[in-house]
Amino acid sequence: MLLKNTYNEFIKILAKPRSYLGIGALTLLVLLILFAMKADGKSFISFVTASFEQTLSFNGNILNGNLIAFIILQMLIVHIPLLVSLVTGDLISGEAAMGTIRMMATKPISRTQIVLSKFIAGAVYTFILTLWLGFLALIVGKWMFGSGDLIVLNSDGLVILKEQDILWRYGLSFGVAYLALLTISTLSICLSAFAENSIGPIVSTMSIIILFTIIGTLDVSVFDSIKPFLFTTHMASWRSFFEDPVPWTTIRNSVSILVIHNIVLVLIAVYKFNKKDITS
Amino acid sequence: MENTEIIKVQHLAKNFGSFQAVKDVSFTVNKGDVFGFLGPNGAGKSTTIRCMLSLIKPDNGQIQLFGKDLNKHRNEILSKVGSIIEKPDFYRYLSAEKNLAIFARISGKDVSKREIAEMLDFVGLNGRNRDKVGGFSHGMKQRLGIAQTLLHQPDLIVLDEPTTGLDPQGIVEIRNLILRLKSEQNKTVILSSHQLSEIELISNRMVIINKGQSIIEGDVKELLNAQEMVVQLEVNDMEKTINVLKIRFESASFKQINERIIEVNIEKQLVPSLNQTLVQEGVEVHAMEPKRKLEDFFMKIIQS
Repeated sequence: MLLKNTYNEFIKILAKPRSYLGIGALTLLVLLILFAMKADGKSFISFVTASFEQTLSFNGNILNGNLIAFIILQMLIVHIPLLVSLVTGDLISGEAAMGTIRMMATKPISRTQIVLSKFIAGAVYTFILTLWLGFLALIVGKWMFGSGDLIVLNSDGLVILKEQDILWRYGLSFGVAYLALLTISTLSICLSAFAENSIGPIVSTMSIIILFTIIGTLDVSVFDSIKPFLFTTHMASWRSFFEDPVPWTTIRNSVSILVIHNIVLVLIAVYKFNKKDITS
Repeated sequence: MENTEIIKVQHLAKNFGSFQAVKDVSFTVNKGDVFGFLGPNGAGKSTTIRCMLSLIKPDNGQIQLFGKDLNKHRNEILSKVGSIIEKPDFYRYLSAEKNLAIFARISGKDVSKREIAEMLDFVGLNGRNRDKVGGFSHGMKQRLGIAQTLLHQPDLIVLDEPTTGLDPQGIVEIRNLILRLKSEQNKTVILSSHQLSEIELISNRMVIINKGQSIIEGDVKELLNAQEMVVQLEVNDMEKTINVLKIRFESASFKQINERIIEVNIEKQLVPSLNQTLVQEGVEVHAMEPKRKLEDFFMKIIQS
């Protein structure tokens, strides 16, 4: 029954116009960045490298597909949560608002299975969105700008990664970025279990992200103890794969925090939905 | 009528915060019944039905369907139940057949595309299979709701206010459909309504609930027959008729409609005697017609 209802959830997601809104918006944003970089990328790069030009000499194709993908990821990872929650935040509460949750809940499928099927469908949608981002950023980026070594400016300084040493880093960084987005998806579905309208969970998800991000950036000692446990602290962990050497312990810690968030949020949603009186 | 109990609800209670939606509701539905679930708006009908379908968790009481406890055998029980609660809601962005396929897939029974098409045909939605439900009228959605209810061939059908918002033709169609389900397929139907005429026309048994409590339960005809009835008399001599009523039938009450017509509220067993007495006293009784009295009965019950 879980698989059957997961299939149902895919049909619903595929039929909803808002599902394509996210993919469309993502495509448009990436294409805009690609176009901007094609038109004026060199001055953008020289602005970044200007401070190093007295000590370093940059040769070859610096503005290549690998750098473009990095820039796109950095720019969009903040905005994609909105596109994810736009679809996933609606999965339970949207049905409550429409009244179809009442029809579903009178069928011989457990409420736990209803919630889990929505989580699976949300996870797959998020995966497709991440994959699409990867395709646009890396494949289209390389097609338009060619390949080459990747120069990344970290807080420690400039990191230069060889062309043949990059692909695996992108593979793993997209994996971690997916996990971060999955946490957003799970959070919005969890909030969706508490709401009876579509907008509430979407707005709440974004509010939580903004609040946690502000807490994370505030240099106030009172928040120091909670910062490491906020999922927003680990949203940019994908960047760690572009450090040399790769800080595996930090990445493992981030992955653990994100996985724990996902598990806890799923459990809360299942508990809440099982206890809920469906009066809509 | 077989007397196998399909539903047994005992002392059901449900609070929403400080509001007591259902205080103490008990009733039994037998196999093959078209069971009327009657009560004014806000009586607790929908809450009771939602409890029976596990949408709402009761605070107290027991619900058994098909002889099994709903809490322990929820999925097994719900696979034998088809329902419409208040109004059927569908995915507006999907077609009628895709909506049915979605609900069929989680109904506990494999339903083929052919069966879906046949069901749409059965409820009069043939030719609209691929149209998006968003463009359907209320009546069409109601028919689609009936199709969704019947698709997995349930033994028990629960219809909560199924004719709300329908035009007169739609009401008659739904009514006929329910009667067909009983006569042709021997389905057990629970019909919740605040429309007394609907219950009177379709149901063989009923329960009346008011303010969250079941007031009376039984065979519709027996319940009505046991009470006083209203007969409308057309007579040639109104003065003499009123005298007879006052002197010989003190327990009866009456209301003169015009010079020839009078409505008499009288015990059913006294009706033949009333007719006989009037004739003996020289009154010509041109017509004696029982009036529909479920409304009066209902009002009397809930007022008491």
